[in-house]
Parts: sequence; structure tokens; C-alpha cells
Amino acid sequence: MLDSRVTSRSSRSPFWLGFSESLPFVFVVTPFALLFGVVSSEAGLDLLQTFMFSLTVFAGASQFTALQLMTDQLPTLIVIVTALAVNLRMAMYSAALTPYLGQAPVWKRVFIAYFIVDQSYALSAIRFEERADWELSDRIGYFFGTMVLIYPIWMATTVVGALLGTAIPEWLGLDFAVPLCFLAIIGPTLRTPAHIAAAVTSIVMALLLFWLPYSLGLLVAAVAAMMVGARVELWQAEART
Amino acid sequence: MIADSTVWIVIAGLGLGSFILRFSVMGLTGRRPMPPWLLRHLRYAGVAILPGLVAPLVLGSALQGGPPDIPRVVAALVTLTVGWWRRDVLLSMLAGGVTFFALRGIEALL
Repeated sequence: MLDSRVTSRSSRSPFWLGFSESLPFVFVVTPFALLFGVVSSEAGLDLLQTFMFSLTVFAGASQFTALQLMTDQLPTLIVIVTALAVNLRMAMYSAALTPYLGQAPVWKRVFIAYFIVDQSYALSAIRFEERADWELSDRIGYFFGTMVLIYPIWMATTVVGALLGTAIPEWLGLDFAVPLCFLAIIGPTLRTPAHIAAAVTSIVMALLLFWLPYSLGLLVAAVAAMMVGARVELWQAEART
Repeated sequence: MIADSTVWIVIAGLGLGSFILRFSVMGLTGRRPMPPWLLRHLRYAGVAILPGLVAPLVLGSALQGGPPDIPRVVAALVTLTVGWWRRDVLLSMLAGGVTFFALRGIEALL
């Protein structure tokens, strides 16, 4: 039975709940997109190219990877494959959201798919698991609510960054903003021993396999870390019974 | 200098590929439930790839055989610890950023 507190909270529409819960991410996404714009213009891409990059790919880590590899003059195919590998987690997000959003009509799923990013996934995965009472339409509303502000900000700050370009001084240490963003996302996800074990595995394997060409070490590390996480989760479940 | 054609090919290929990855499972198997073992693995997708992506960025100089960049490494540990402890992305970024600039400042004074 729902108590009155829960009922009043659920009276707020899921769309606006998603919107308000996405607000902290504005401060995460802004430096990321700004930084991409700056790095991109420094690499010699023009404004249209930088904008199209953010519009079509819409995934910071992958965009940075592609830029770096293009600057290193690696073959085009290698650039695309490696940057896509960084985005493999999007397929995992897609799969993880399928039990909650997979019943939507195909045209809605096309839009949902386009908006699958770290932030929309992270927020939705937590909230959907908690709110078993939500209907499909509530979940779709919440999902798009998480993106209604983040998405335009991503596009706009990319352009601002590209316009600022080389005007940003190096001593600002803006390049550290990228790892900082990632770390701030990782910290709160370390909820269980299984999550911590997966994270440690990922770090150790990625560093050990750093010598592998074309970021393959990261892919191997990710697969190993997922297996470790799943295994530790099973052990914990067995220990409890 | 990167050739214009290269940039456009990468944008098109990466954009299309990223969409296919995002649409993949949801688009194709929308009405079929996922097996529990697969979901159990997917639960750790984020935490499996992001730390591995970030570690070389933090240790950058040390991986090339040089000394580690102390402000980076310490700020990274502070960010991670605060995020884990307070469960707050924003607070964690703030703590990491302040640590980084404070240490950079001290470094510049020495």
C-alpha cells in the first residue's frame, strides 16, 4: 500500500521528475561539450563539422576518441571501429532498458534509441527499478524528461566551445575535466561489492593491456569486468541464502 | 591537418554505427524478455568500461614512463571517494576540481 507521502510524490508527472533529476547533470555535460568544441576546433574541424559530430554521435567519450585518433592520422576505418567500441556500452544500455521501454511502438523506440546516453540510462535504470507501479507511458515520459534540457545544452555548448576554440588558456587544465566527469559518474555507482569488483577489474585490466593496439585492451577489460561483477553478485546471493 | 573527407566519413560512420548500437537490442527484441544471465552482466556495463577508460587518462604521463602527475592522481582519488561516499555527482566533481586547482596552485608556488 502506498502511504500519502509516496502518493503525493508520484502525483508529479514522470516527465518533470525526469527533468528535475537531470538538473545536476547540466554541470557534468556542460564542461564535457564545451571541451569537445574546444578540442575539435584545435584539431582543425570547422564549426559545421564539430556541430554535426555532436548531433550524430551524441556521446562524449566516443567523440573524444575519434578526434584523438584522427589527429594521430590513424586509418579512417580504425578510427570508426575504435570510437564505436567505446560506444558498445550503448548496446548494453539499450538491452538493459528493453524490459522497461521495449513495448513502445517502433517509431518511439527510434527516438528513445537516439537519446540513450550515460545520463538518461543511469537515471532511468535506477528509477524504473524502484517504481514498479509505473506504466509504459510514465517510463517514456521520465526517459525523455531526463533529456529535454541535457540535449539542447549538449548541442549549444559544443558550438560555444568551438567558437571559443584556442582562446582558452592551457593552464586552466581543461583537459582534466574529461576524466573528472567520468570519475564523478563512477563514484556513486559503486553501490555493492560486485560493482566495486567490476570497477577494480576494469582499471587493472585496462592498465595491464594498455599496450594492445586500437584500444582493444579496454574492450577486453570491459568484458572481464562485467563477468567479474556478475560472478560476485551470484556469490553474494548464495552467501545470503 | 585532418582531411575534410576523413572527418565527414568518420562523422557519418560513427553516427550511423552509434545509432545501430543504441537501437540494436531494443529495436529488434523489444517484445522478448532478456535472459537473467545477460541482464546480470549488463548491470555492470557502465562500471565495467568507464573506470578502464579513465585510468589511462589519469595516469597518462606515468604510462609513458614519466613521473605521475600528482595533482591529477590525487584529484581523481578525491573525486571517486567523495562520489562513492556522498552519492552526489556534482559534489564529487566540485571536490575533485577544487583539489586539482589547489594542488596546481601549490605546485606553481614551489
